[in-house]
Amino acid sequence: MNYLKEFTKGFIKENPLLVLALGMCPSLAVTTSAINGLGMGVASTFVLFMSNMLVALLKNVIPNKVRIPAFIVIIATFVTIVDLTMNAFLPDLYKALGIFIPLIVVNCIILGRAEAFAQKNNVLVSMLDGLGMGLGFTMAIFTVGSIREILGNGSFFNVKFVTEDASTVLLFIMPPGAFITLGYIMMLMNKLKSKLY
Amino acid sequence: MDIVNIIILALLVNNVVLAQFLGICPFLGVSQKISTSFGMGAAVVFVMTIANLFTYLIFNFVLATFHIQFMQTITFILVIASLVQIVEIILKKVSPPLYQALGIYLPLITTNCAVLGTAIIAITQNYNLVESLVYAISTGLGFTLALLLMAGIREQLELTGVPKAMRGFPITLITAGMLSLAFMGFAGLVK
Repeated sequence: MNYLKEFTKGFIKENPLLVLALGMCPSLAVTTSAINGLGMGVASTFVLFMSNMLVALLKNVIPNKVRIPAFIVIIATFVTIVDLTMNAFLPDLYKALGIFIPLIVVNCIILGRAEAFAQKNNVLVSMLDGLGMGLGFTMAIFTVGSIREILGNGSFFNVKFVTEDASTVLLFIMPPGAFITLGYIMMLMNKLKSKLY
Repeated sequence: MDIVNIIILALLVNNVVLAQFLGICPFLGVSQKISTSFGMGAAVVFVMTIANLFTYLIFNFVLATFHIQFMQTITFILVIASLVQIVEIILKKVSPPLYQALGIYLPLITTNCAVLGTAIIAITQNYNLVESLVYAISTGLGFTLALLLMAGIREQLELTGVPKAMRGFPITLITAGMLSLAFMGFAGLVK
């Protein structure tokens, strides 16, 4: 088993958001700024890493017929941990991400990796897979957030680089901008993939 | 809050797909044909309403009574998952024609974040039982509306020459962006 390959496949080749089109809802909803995108990405990566590890550890104990509910309970537990921790230590980010923190539970990436990867592989590889996929997702969602913040707000990580009264492309921080930005990023990804592979 | 306000907000102004970004996966996945998107929409309205009824009762009479509101996420997702299973089994037995129509869409709904999202929003907005149910039905109808519009456009899009790199998700997302832009026109509808 090639550990490096399992780790890096989530970056470009099987990028969960840009190639597999999983985890669309949070990537469109919370990416109004770079920091929100980063926060959502890190939170999802943590849940993905921990749930992949636990599923791989418990794969021989969980009966096959009730595996999906069991996976959901595992995922929901870690989501609750993230929810409470973020509420306590990062209240601003928590408010910005809002309902999409509890909704990490139904992020298809996480259940998808548990079902398709972690329950068939050993703990170490599953952890690498979770981390790699999570980082791939974080990079993608951070890119969407950065583009939307730069174009829509004229700032990056809340540092403004245009004058206060400059008119920015407000469309990009509104809902339509999310769809359009992600659409064009996926198009570039298609182009890149057809060149690379 | 006024019932009419809730309906207009959920159906048009804060459309669940185009403004709140809930249920994007089925929105992109099942919007190829008008007939299938109608079936999916009906199944979502059905499940959403039942899910909101049960999550309302469970939150107010179980979680709030024992002061374990932090268990909300785990409880709700389990309730919704089992509810979908039960609905599927009952429909199969009681109304085979309805099961035929909705059957294949039901399992997909478990992972539809719109259902869990609607349940959580109804709780955080402190809706009472009637408001919560009205909210669920209009959100479901809003989802159906967006899905039908999208399917109509995509059926036309099939006939046009889309550049190779744009085919599939990219063009669908950009189309959704245009739809969302159109829906922003509803913003001034309620105060």
